[in-house]
Amino acid sequence: MKRVTPMVIMGAATFYFLVPIWWLFVAASKTRSEFTSTTPLWFADFALIDNLKELFAYRDGVFLRWMLNSVVYTGGAALLGTILAAMCGYALAKYRFRGREAIFDIVLGGVLVPATALALPLFLIFSQFEATNTFWSVFLPSLVNPFGVYLARIYATASVPDELLEASRLDGSGEIRTFFTISSRLMFPALVTIFLFHFVAVWNNFLLPLIMLGEERLFPVTLGLYTWNTQVNQLPELRMLVLTGALVSIVPLVIAFLLLQRFWRNGLGSGAIK
Amino acid sequence: MRALSVVLVSALALGACSSGGSSETAADSKSCAPSEGNVTLTYTTWIPGIENVVKVWNDKNPNIQVKVQTGPNGNGGTYANFFNQLKAGNAPDLGHIEYDALPSFRVQDGLTNLADCAEVTAAKDQFVDWTWGQVTFGEENSVYGIPQDAGPMALFYRKDLFEKNNIPVPTTWDEYAAAAEKVKAAGGYITNFSQSDINQFAGFAWQAGGRWFANDGSKWTVNLQDEATTKVAGYWQGLIDKKLVSSVPPWTTEWDNAYNTGQAWTWTSAVWGANSIMSGAPATKGRWAVAPMPQWTSGATVAGNWGGSSTAVFKGSKHPYEAAKFALWLNTSEEALTLLNKEAQLYPATKAGAKLPALSEGVEFYGGQKIYDVFATASGQVAPDFVWGPTMTSTYATASDGFKAAVSGNGTLLDALKTTQAKTVENMKSQSIPVAE
Repeated sequence: MKRVTPMVIMGAATFYFLVPIWWLFVAASKTRSEFTSTTPLWFADFALIDNLKELFAYRDGVFLRWMLNSVVYTGGAALLGTILAAMCGYALAKYRFRGREAIFDIVLGGVLVPATALALPLFLIFSQFEATNTFWSVFLPSLVNPFGVYLARIYATASVPDELLEASRLDGSGEIRTFFTISSRLMFPALVTIFLFHFVAVWNNFLLPLIMLGEERLFPVTLGLYTWNTQVNQLPELRMLVLTGALVSIVPLVIAFLLLQRFWRNGLGSGAIK
Repeated sequence: MRALSVVLVSALALGACSSGGSSETAADSKSCAPSEGNVTLTYTTWIPGIENVVKVWNDKNPNIQVKVQTGPNGNGGTYANFFNQLKAGNAPDLGHIEYDALPSFRVQDGLTNLADCAEVTAAKDQFVDWTWGQVTFGEENSVYGIPQDAGPMALFYRKDLFEKNNIPVPTTWDEYAAAAEKVKAAGGYITNFSQSDINQFAGFAWQAGGRWFANDGSKWTVNLQDEATTKVAGYWQGLIDKKLVSSVPPWTTEWDNAYNTGQAWTWTSAVWGANSIMSGAPATKGRWAVAPMPQWTSGATVAGNWGGSSTAVFKGSKHPYEAAKFALWLNTSEEALTLLNKEAQLYPATKAGAKLPALSEGVEFYGGQKIYDVFATASGQVAPDFVWGPTMTSTYATASDGFKAAVSGNGTLLDALKTTQAKTVENMKSQSIPVAE
């Protein structure tokens, strides 16, 4: 009896979260005429392969280009951003210097500023350097991750013993080498968490590319699909491409989570105990 | 606002410097002089497949190369981007702006007046009168864009169902209301009253003689409750009260389905609506036909318009002459219009454009009817003096909220217009736009 209630609640939640994905999968497998005329939650003629072919061929495969862009923007920014956040958080945790707490507080304040609010100021700044509508105008701002710094600091304090650092100093290891060979390994579960958080944040940061980019070949997949979706009234065949594209675009996220969920759980758990 | 105008002024000053020869005093009147050497223009638009059209131009004009930038449609983000870019001083040379958004760009001083370009003013007669009115705001010496496409309205109806049930095709709005009763009796709805397509309602009001905005050069007036608009709102409110129209939200799957399954029998829509029905209701192929829009007085021939856009040159463009030249080619030459129609189903704003081969053929989906003939006639029947306001985005939003309430029984369309009138005036005041009470 004790197990039944949680199972029912979890089951309902799972159902609730999976239905939209199920809907998307079913919708993407239909032809355009069947999409409106058949039941939304069950298959009609299975045309997923044709839809995919059409999607990948449309406008010289611009969709694949968008997917690649997204992977580079998010994967690249998350990787570099995680390293930066780890180094920063580690320094804040392990070195004593003047203004350390002040810096940490400012970084913590940065957590509260939504990325959306920064998009327009960033646009004006990049305009000064005539660097809007470039790869860097989206990539550089995406590297910043104050929440990652916060997590890295908490985790470094908890998991990297000072004695170990002293020992490595005595053995003649430089600070940078110590960080990359010893500390970063101890912090690894937290780094995975930071990476995933960062990955999702950049993937979902829609406003920045919307404001910065005008060159279609630079779009991430989110902006590209949104653009198509606003043109559906004009060009109805885009509807199936948007649906199929949406389905394909969640695949990298699903893969990232499935591969990294082991670390993700560890990281969340240990971050919580401190 | 002030910061914006400072930026704009400095951008203008820069433009004047770089054009070299022009005298300082008359910088404005000489603003359409050709540039020397090769020119690269940037053009932002969300027209699908535009690259193929621009490529034709680029191949023929090595001295004036056009670079396309794209994005979501205007209200989906591109207008906001334009305003940001104007603020930052890096707006593209040319931009795609719908008629109802042009005044807001003009109020913000974001557009180049092309009235000094002789080629532009000479092209006036090529365009259908009302489309030219949309880009000149009915003023002398002002051309703030080149008309691109139009959305003349007509009545799409299920020919088979009307015939089967012995209902005559309505030619007046009274007959339309009578037909609505019979359609209801036959188990359908005559149409869906759209709660969010305020520009469709504007098309109805436009046809009836409503004129929502006016600008006498110093002040705006807002007239969302003029006699004609009140009449139109009262008419539709009557149909809503008698439950003769459905209130399914437009552009949803449900809505498509209502047309696809024969629940909704007519749609008073613009020329581009032909494709919306084709894609939304594929099962009804061959059963539709198009008739002129129902009239307010029997025997009249007045049409409304829903949609349409222009190609505008932004303030700060260093090459207005070349930009205007490209915009004219894009929107008047047969090759460009044919391609625009093929790629994005744009309906040309020129008189000659209505005779494109693609627009002279019978359309299979509509039982082989030459439906574009109906729209060509309608385009000539749209009144040329309808002016949009400078804050349409918020006007649409307020009206849409009111309309949504009205179709669900809270208040009426007339209430919605009253609120929209008040909010629009308030909003214009808050943006320091001079407005008469």
